[in-house]
Amino acid sequence: MIENLQLLIDYPSLGADLVANGLMIGAIFALAAFGMALVWGVLGIINIAQGEFVMLGGFVALTAAGLGVPPLLTIPLAALALFVVGWGLYRLVIFRVVDRDLFVSLLATFGLSIILQQLSNEIFGADVRTLETGLGTLVLFDGQIVLSEIKLVSFVTALTVGLALWAFLKRARLGQAIRATAQNARAARILGIDTDRVYAATYALNAALCGAAGSLVVMAWTIHPYIGLPYTVRSFLVVIVAGLGNIVAVITAGLGLGALENLAGFILGAEYQIAFVFVLMVILLVGRNFWLRRKREYLK
Amino acid sequence: MTTVQKYALIGGGLLLSLVAPFLMPQFATQLTMLWLMVVFALTWDTLGGQMGYNSFGNILFFGMGAYACAVLQRDLGLDYFAGLAVGLIFAAVLSSLVAIVLGFGMLGLRGHYFAIGTLGLGIAAGEIAGGWDYVGAGSGMVPPLYPTELAGRELFFYFLMFALALATFFVLRSLYATKFGLALNAIRDDEDKAEAMGLQTTQIKSFAWAVSAFFLGIGGGLAGNLLGFIDPRDVAFAGATFGVWMVLMAILGGKGTLWGPVIGAVVFHITQELFWTYLLGWQRVALGLLIVAIVVFFPNGIMGTLRERRPEWFGEKVEERV
Repeated sequence: MIENLQLLIDYPSLGADLVANGLMIGAIFALAAFGMALVWGVLGIINIAQGEFVMLGGFVALTAAGLGVPPLLTIPLAALALFVVGWGLYRLVIFRVVDRDLFVSLLATFGLSIILQQLSNEIFGADVRTLETGLGTLVLFDGQIVLSEIKLVSFVTALTVGLALWAFLKRARLGQAIRATAQNARAARILGIDTDRVYAATYALNAALCGAAGSLVVMAWTIHPYIGLPYTVRSFLVVIVAGLGNIVAVITAGLGLGALENLAGFILGAEYQIAFVFVLMVILLVGRNFWLRRKREYLK
Repeated sequence: MTTVQKYALIGGGLLLSLVAPFLMPQFATQLTMLWLMVVFALTWDTLGGQMGYNSFGNILFFGMGAYACAVLQRDLGLDYFAGLAVGLIFAAVLSSLVAIVLGFGMLGLRGHYFAIGTLGLGIAAGEIAGGWDYVGAGSGMVPPLYPTELAGRELFFYFLMFALALATFFVLRSLYATKFGLALNAIRDDEDKAEAMGLQTTQIKSFAWAVSAFFLGIGGGLAGNLLGFIDPRDVAFAGATFGVWMVLMAILGGKGTLWGPVIGAVVFHITQELFWTYLLGWQRVALGLLIVAIVVFFPNGIMGTLRERRPEWFGEKVEERV
């Protein structure tokens, strides 16, 4: 651990390389986190199955590529497939827990995440998989920073999708309905918005976002059936730092988390990288709560 | 149900538990696990049911107990039974202390923040144990073996675990009957008001968590020795199995009741063993479906439903109105 830190201090370009790679994956975290913030803000549900949607998106992309679809075209395919999955899950389960106690929805989505995890374990197998895109690597600043091109592509795609969604929420009719429902579901109903449909669309949209993120993950990194929970926690982390409904903050927090995690993974050793994410979440939660306690408040 | 019937039922259950390992020696390990499940559900309910703090991370204390006990057994060089005794005591004390320390930070969180925060704690512990060479890292730990020249290993652990479950039940029962139990319920119903009435909520919450952790720590030490192998992610800090099951069992039986977790644990454990036997390969999918079904359709649990349907069994008068 100390020697790794020393290494970083001696070779600052190594740190720059780690940060650059971290930023790339951070954009994907931001994408999943944006979906979580959407569902949390509109339906009032913390979706534990978030990471499983990412994982499923990855497997959809893998399967599609196996059937001969060019890798980059699998991104919209994965989003579409997950949109359907999300809509189906809403119609089957989620609509029953929307107005209930938060703990019920938490546990119900936890159950869903276990089902999805085990199903994909049965269907796709437990191996760690990746999708070869055939893109090369990019060497910047005389070899000080090495980035694979697919990471750059995924970074740009993630940001584009995020911004497109933001524009959709601002401009489109359905986007406005979603925002209205988030503000006050009862008033939205009175004004003639079919909130049930809005909820379904929001949940499906979230799944689609995660699906796109998943297809990027499988191309730039790896995927396996049990990869979900860390992605859920990362999304949660980003959301509690950035708050609901602020896209710039979500992207910044996502990028920051990606860079931080990559650095921590190098300094502490890769085996502690996941532990770092979870401990960071606990520290952030407790820390913010202590901060609020001085005003006799607590996290809500 | 009259009092006599009730005591007959309880007495019959106790008798059955005492003779069960002799009647079905091939199931002795499963029966021992059943008592562990009872301990899981009861200790989870102390916070989740009585105090309204839904923890996803109580598995932390179980895993800590398993490791603490195994490490002492390995390093102290005592003979098996002395080592086990010292290990169990240490496991219990360590888990309680950690619960108190963590409690001051974690128990300030409320609602879903507490649930997700504790989930993070449990998984982080598993990941750390999986990377820490002192406790065997990812390849896990093997606690010392039960002396081979002695027979009755299964019975020994069965009765130890049974005793632990009984002790947990009676300690919690007497705790719930005191002012402390009332304070827990007050925190569940309205924490701000409870605090305004002068309750030292932070101390009460931490103490309740420490009590849970005490029994979970012993349970972990016993389970590690029973299973003979401590895997960091799948046994000790198995958030996706034991960690969720304890929540589920308490809900299935009925949150916030004394008997609910016990009944829930028994029903759940039997169902789960049946899944394991008949749905090989798909048992975890079935368990996931079961979780969703219970949570969505049966949130009041067995005791809650009984109370609705048969209030007279709970000593409530039902007035028939014409």
